[in-house]
Amino acid sequence: MSLWNNYGMNRRHFMQHMATAAATIPAMNFLSHVQANADVVKANQKSCILMWMGGGPPTIDIWDLKPESKNGGEFKPIDTAASGVQISEHMPETAKMFQDLSLVRSMSTREADHGRGRYYMQTAYVPNPTVVHPTFGSVVSYELGKNRTALEIPAFVSVDGGAGQAGFLGMTHAPFVVDNTGRIRNAPTEEGKIRLADRLTMLAEIESSFMASRRGELPGAHKDVYRNAVNLMTSKQMTAFDAAKAEASLGLEAESEATKEAYGKNGFGQGLLMARRLVQVGVPFVEVNMGGWDLHAGVFDTLKNQRLPQLDKGIAAITADLKQRGMLDNTVLVWMGEFGRTPRINQDVGRDHWAASWSVMMGGGGLKNGQAVGATDKDGLQIADGSKAYLPGDIWATVAMAMGIPVNTVHTSKRGRPMKLANGGTPIQELIG
Amino acid sequence: MQSTSEKTKLIRPSNWVVCFGMTVAVCSWNPAAGAENKAAEKTSSSAATDAEKPATEGSIVEFIDQQLRQGWVDNEIQPSEAATDEEWIRRIYLDLCGRIPTLEEANGFLKDESPRKRFVLIETLLAHEDYVRNFTTIWTNNSIGRGAPRRVSRTGMEKFYREAFAKERPWNEIVVDIVTASGHYEENGAVNYTLAQMQMPDDGVQLTAMTTRLFLGLQVQCTQCHNHPFNKWQQDQFWEYNSFFRQVRKEDHRKLDPNTGRMVDDYSEVTWQDFSGPVYYEKRSGVMQVAFPRFEGHEVDPGADTDRRIEFGKLLTESIDGQPPHIAQAMVNRMWSHFFGYGFTRPVDDMGPHNPASHPELLLRLSQEFVASGYNIKQLIRTICATEAYGLGSQFNDKNKTDDPAAGEMPLFSHLYLKSMQAEQMYDSLIVASNAHQSGRGGWSAQEEQRQKWMQQFVVAFENDENDESTTFNGTIPQALMMMNSELIDKACSIERGSFLFETMSKPGSEPQKIQDLYLAALSRHPTRSEISKVQKMLNANSYRTNKLNGYQDLFWALLNSNEFVLIH
Repeated sequence: MSLWNNYGMNRRHFMQHMATAAATIPAMNFLSHVQANADVVKANQKSCILMWMGGGPPTIDIWDLKPESKNGGEFKPIDTAASGVQISEHMPETAKMFQDLSLVRSMSTREADHGRGRYYMQTAYVPNPTVVHPTFGSVVSYELGKNRTALEIPAFVSVDGGAGQAGFLGMTHAPFVVDNTGRIRNAPTEEGKIRLADRLTMLAEIESSFMASRRGELPGAHKDVYRNAVNLMTSKQMTAFDAAKAEASLGLEAESEATKEAYGKNGFGQGLLMARRLVQVGVPFVEVNMGGWDLHAGVFDTLKNQRLPQLDKGIAAITADLKQRGMLDNTVLVWMGEFGRTPRINQDVGRDHWAASWSVMMGGGGLKNGQAVGATDKDGLQIADGSKAYLPGDIWATVAMAMGIPVNTVHTSKRGRPMKLANGGTPIQELIG
Repeated sequence: MQSTSEKTKLIRPSNWVVCFGMTVAVCSWNPAAGAENKAAEKTSSSAATDAEKPATEGSIVEFIDQQLRQGWVDNEIQPSEAATDEEWIRRIYLDLCGRIPTLEEANGFLKDESPRKRFVLIETLLAHEDYVRNFTTIWTNNSIGRGAPRRVSRTGMEKFYREAFAKERPWNEIVVDIVTASGHYEENGAVNYTLAQMQMPDDGVQLTAMTTRLFLGLQVQCTQCHNHPFNKWQQDQFWEYNSFFRQVRKEDHRKLDPNTGRMVDDYSEVTWQDFSGPVYYEKRSGVMQVAFPRFEGHEVDPGADTDRRIEFGKLLTESIDGQPPHIAQAMVNRMWSHFFGYGFTRPVDDMGPHNPASHPELLLRLSQEFVASGYNIKQLIRTICATEAYGLGSQFNDKNKTDDPAAGEMPLFSHLYLKSMQAEQMYDSLIVASNAHQSGRGGWSAQEEQRQKWMQQFVVAFENDENDESTTFNGTIPQALMMMNSELIDKACSIERGSFLFETMSKPGSEPQKIQDLYLAALSRHPTRSEISKVQKMLNANSYRTNKLNGYQDLFWALLNSNEFVLIH
């Protein structure tokens, strides 16, 4: 554990020591000494990569095609590596990886408004004005972050995101949002870090009285976020954000041009590559955002020419890369948006919001992959007879189980109300075997 | 050190009430601060002297105080003590002007011994250019977001609101102008609201959803697809509202760039398009339905000659079954929430029978008064700021610690809830704290452009038909990194000639005096004796012995990074 981690535990003491130390020993040596103390990350840590499809992807054109129906649209299904599972012809590379991927084709989630749908899918709870539920990445950060003592960067990183809230679990579990270039804005220079130590000493002294005044949780939360920020910017794990850099002690290489190409030279592809590096250093939850799915008009052209080629490349690359590195069994992949899109094609050749019957993709994580769970009816309008309908809580309960988080975990809201993990969802039997 | 921080005796409600009707100097827009500011101060001071008359029985402020007190009694809690002048001045500047007070402004107020000084300050600030700037920012963000939606002119939208707030236009007129606006997006800035809601071809669905939410406080968007699960709103209501917006057309013009020979974006405008008869929508069952333009029971002629938005604008100000119009209630709720951090409903834009207000009588009475005043925004603000609740401290006590809406409890307003500074407030406050506002900030649009550019690092757009976005400026690591290491904070802590630190350090004065100035500039309060000695000890420690200026710089940095600075209390 690096010295900086003490910041929160024994702050005043530590910071005073720090200020003196910085003044008496040569600055650069001091910091490199701190950094050399970082532990090597343990193997077998579980992680989750959420691929978030903002806007609501038309899963009827990607994962659950209806070629016989008037709702079927322009695309044809193709076979995948999983027997009996077919997906869109515009997902050929992903199709090859389907022994390690699965579909849940019977999502039925009722929220068809972007804000509400996002909240529901990411927290498993419907919005409620009196409580802010934690997005699932925050739950993972809360549950697993504390045991990752070697982790100096936030346990929940969101690439190109920003909607998730930690709610009653507290600001320290909020997503750390970065853009897909991995550039961390306002990171200090090396000299800046030395000066910062003095300044933080001053800060600790100055804000203690306000913290002690009776003003609720915000003043303390502010301190916690500062501690996380300091941990982050003094950590060599920062290397994980920058694909061009190597850090031998963390097993990180500078990514080759070929690797970057394989993931796709676009925001989603490079975001996934960063996700893999973050998982390598022990981050338990990474969200990678891909937008542009709100296809009320011209759905087929946009899918065929823009969205699906990027999506296909990215999913295939991350799956293959994790597998080749022996990381796939420990990394759950989840692909979802806030809802699916109307089976009926509208007058603008688009599809509108649809939550009644749609698909989520999962993979890796030691799940029983290579299958499609659940089904929709022949026109995609509802869940097929005899097929079980799934809620977001069921997806997250499955993820929790794969990550070793007890499914019967209960958190407590600020008001003292018990809040079941994943809203009491049940792991999907077919996937956990 | 405590002499100037004694609590000023509250002078409400007696002097407040009668002042509501008085005319306040109209602020003429002028980015050069200072002189304008002082003139306004004079105007309102003299106006205030004329207004020393006895309180009216049953005044609105008394009513609010009495209702809230009843809530405290019923819930067996005791309100916090009144806020000190130091706490209050910071709060009122941030809430009205969107920034902290300058060192001079804080000093002037704290040294003033008049029992009426809070009242005078409110009037001064309401006449201040920064009041206009602050509410222009808030409503521009509400209307078009913080990001940069395509083919929308932020400048145009700001210009509309700036004029509206500077000329003290009544709220109903502002709303009607917005919902009925047509024309070029810079010539009639009001159209930008509509343009921002028309990012995708959706038959005005987003425009309908946003208009009802923002201006009427009604969330009917769920009824687009199905009947509301908890109240009387039916699916047809959404489409009836929507049918008012079907004559709206967005036209994006392009022009030839003579340098490149390519077509590039020119202006956009809102125009009228022919539309008559019903709109069609689909029930969940797949059955097609029709909806005609109808608002709260009033039917509008669906013929081709009707300008539906004009009719909608007229209906917005009609009372509903003897109740104040939605636009009045929605604004009151928002304004209350602006000052207290919580409105009477949660969320503030979801009002209706399914979501009862925490204080229905207050909401009703304030809305009635708002309508009776001719939708006078400043009068609404004066009323809210004059309440006992707004003047309370932010520290809770043993008897009101349960009054904690952050934990999901219904707000009782027995202490002032902490609010986090918005990004714009932070930016403007850092500028003020570092004196940058005095060393040539440039014109209004230059400043606005700089702030907007800075702001973009915290905006995440979601690229969907709701045009929604989120900001990463909510107490997150990116915010902390910005506060610790950015160019903005470096400038605030600069020791170059003309900077606040340079000026303070060059002035004669003892070390404790300088420390005090730094506290006043950053936190609008005097340091306590023990704080001064603690700081002195640090400044005289090894690391600063050779360079005292570095010590002051670090002190100012720490004050600006403290929780006390970033929170509104």
